[in-house]
Amino acid sequence: MKQHRTIAVLLSIVLQGLGQIYNRQWLKGILFMMIEVAGFIYIAPRLGGAIWGLVTLGEKTQKFVKVGKVAQMVKGDHSIFLILDGLIILFLVFVLLGVYVWNIGDAYQSGKLRDEKKPVRTFRQSYEHATTFYFPYFMLALPALGVLFFTIMPIVFTVMLAFTNYSAPDHIPPAKLVDWVGFKTFADLVKMKSWSHTFVGVLIWTIIWAVLATVTTYFGGILVALLIEQKGIRFKKLWRTIFIIPYAIPQLISLLVMKNLFNGQFGPINQYLGYFGLGGLPWLTDPFWAKVTVITVNMWIGIPVSMVLILGILTSIPRDLYEAADVDGASTLQKFRIITMPFILFSTMPILIMQFAGNINNFNVIFLLTGGNPAKGDYQFAGATDLLITWLYKLTLDNNKYNVASAVGIIIFLIVAIFSIWNFRRSKSFKEEDMIQ
Amino acid sequence: MRKWKNNARLTLSYTLLLLISVVAIYPALWVVLSSLRPGGSLYSEHFWPRQFTLVHYAELFTSKAYLYGTWYLNTLKIAVVTMILSTILVTLSMYALSRFRFRGRKTALTVMLVLGMFPSFMSLIAIYIILLQLNLLDTHMALILVYSAGAALGGFIVKGFFDTIPRSLDEAARIDGASHLQVFAKIMLPLSKPMLTYVALTSFTGVWGDFIFARLVLRTKENWTVAVGMWDLVNSLQNSNFTMFAAGSVLIAIPITLLFIFLQRFLVQGLTSGASKG
Repeated sequence: MKQHRTIAVLLSIVLQGLGQIYNRQWLKGILFMMIEVAGFIYIAPRLGGAIWGLVTLGEKTQKFVKVGKVAQMVKGDHSIFLILDGLIILFLVFVLLGVYVWNIGDAYQSGKLRDEKKPVRTFRQSYEHATTFYFPYFMLALPALGVLFFTIMPIVFTVMLAFTNYSAPDHIPPAKLVDWVGFKTFADLVKMKSWSHTFVGVLIWTIIWAVLATVTTYFGGILVALLIEQKGIRFKKLWRTIFIIPYAIPQLISLLVMKNLFNGQFGPINQYLGYFGLGGLPWLTDPFWAKVTVITVNMWIGIPVSMVLILGILTSIPRDLYEAADVDGASTLQKFRIITMPFILFSTMPILIMQFAGNINNFNVIFLLTGGNPAKGDYQFAGATDLLITWLYKLTLDNNKYNVASAVGIIIFLIVAIFSIWNFRRSKSFKEEDMIQ
Repeated sequence: MRKWKNNARLTLSYTLLLLISVVAIYPALWVVLSSLRPGGSLYSEHFWPRQFTLVHYAELFTSKAYLYGTWYLNTLKIAVVTMILSTILVTLSMYALSRFRFRGRKTALTVMLVLGMFPSFMSLIAIYIILLQLNLLDTHMALILVYSAGAALGGFIVKGFFDTIPRSLDEAARIDGASHLQVFAKIMLPLSKPMLTYVALTSFTGVWGDFIFARLVLRTKENWTVAVGMWDLVNSLQNSNFTMFAAGSVLIAIPITLLFIFLQRFLVQGLTSGASKG
């Protein structure tokens, strides 16, 4: 007998919730129906417009029309709003489709129970069943919605912008329309001399920065940690607490303070150099010295984090390894090279790679300290210390070159993604997470 | 000979440690001293001021141009609400991802990973337009909403921590008839205090430090957070008013730094548990 389940499924396909009502699950059926009706009322009149908007990006610009004697402005299509509205509608349709599929599956399950001559669940029982067997979905529903509308959708939107010509001065709505241009933005970035020069320059500096910033803080952290953990050093806890201070101070504050410390004219650093009879250095205004400054300041901020990490790992190295090495007559250096270093490297490798990826996107240090400056004349809207990410920021907020900014964003994503995927491939913890239990 | 060598090593080490301590503390000390110095300029003859004054602190709260008190309260409000919301969201969702094997779990984990690789403000323009259409621009609600909505994405460390709590504990409780929520509230939460502290603290301090997004959303001066205010102060000052900026910095840094130092133990646990799990 498969009657009930077939009928219930068919009814639920025709109208969401009808199958549940057929299964005498009144409350559930009515709830499903209300969702569909509400969704339908909201979406039906908007769906056509949404698709039209996404495809054409609008057809008329705003213009002045003479009404009697005064010119009146008639609103045109705003391409960017059209893209976003279209996306929101599509995402809503997506969510409602999910509910629809769930409704059909549910009708099938209840129909099956009836076919097997078992009682269907009451609303209360359904609720309990759901919170037991679908518990994780309940827990994840709210965060998932938040992520969907405030992270995924904005990213999709921005990715779409990279394929339009949305940029100042010629294509800024509402005065002008925006069009799809395919891969032209990417091609310009690589081929057009003015853009490619900036892009390559900024990209190279971004990679140099990421390597140097990661390596200096990492090995700095190891050195400091080893220094504290040496045999015979006293007040270990005190040293540790002192060294953690730079990490504890909010980054925004410490970076703004550093900016003043390194001020070329009035800053104390140059003042002290003067006491030693040395001339002041253009810490923030010379292309080379600005690079030195950001790396140095980043060490000040980053070493404490590595230190904390490595101190934790040092305590987990089995003592007997060192004892065995002592018996064999190994020197301190040998012990470090053969036991300590491999141990640290092995357990921090995933973090090291993630720190590298994080440094590619290290906005704060650059932006708050130098703002990407000193400016470079032959660069398009970028300075000597600008990373891809700060360049993206400037392109977006200061210069309205939205399409180029999105393309740069996609490229950053690709670079970071390659490192992260490689990292997770090689770190076992992702694959074998169940083994810990 | 051996003893001499050992002493030399220790002397060198202590010198280095002292040197690093000076470098670590100096900027903080310099700001504190600057905030107590009379006059407004960045430049000063002496590191240790000749006289001390609290006038800059008073100025912060009386000045018409800088509504520091209002900014401070704004930030505190946003930070507390964000902290509560995102801690709840992160722990609940990571508990689900760590403890249950359900369809779509791997997908969810992969999506989290991939989304984490996008530069965070690639979504800036879109969020701006969404907030514009929801009529939420220039409100604190908008900031709280966006901060908390994205919170679950940074939850890998929390998941790693939950993974290390033996599953036999919750299975035993389940057999005794506890519901999933009871298991979560009565067994997982008490065991994950270090992690909760870590999450709460990082989301709390995150709000104090974020100015990119706050600057985009908050338009009127009365609604600013301290981050936006301080950024504005630094950018508008030209060797004047520096002492006032210093005073403002001290007032922000002290509570957060103290929190960090007191909760250090939890933080270290949080960091290292994330480390071993990757």
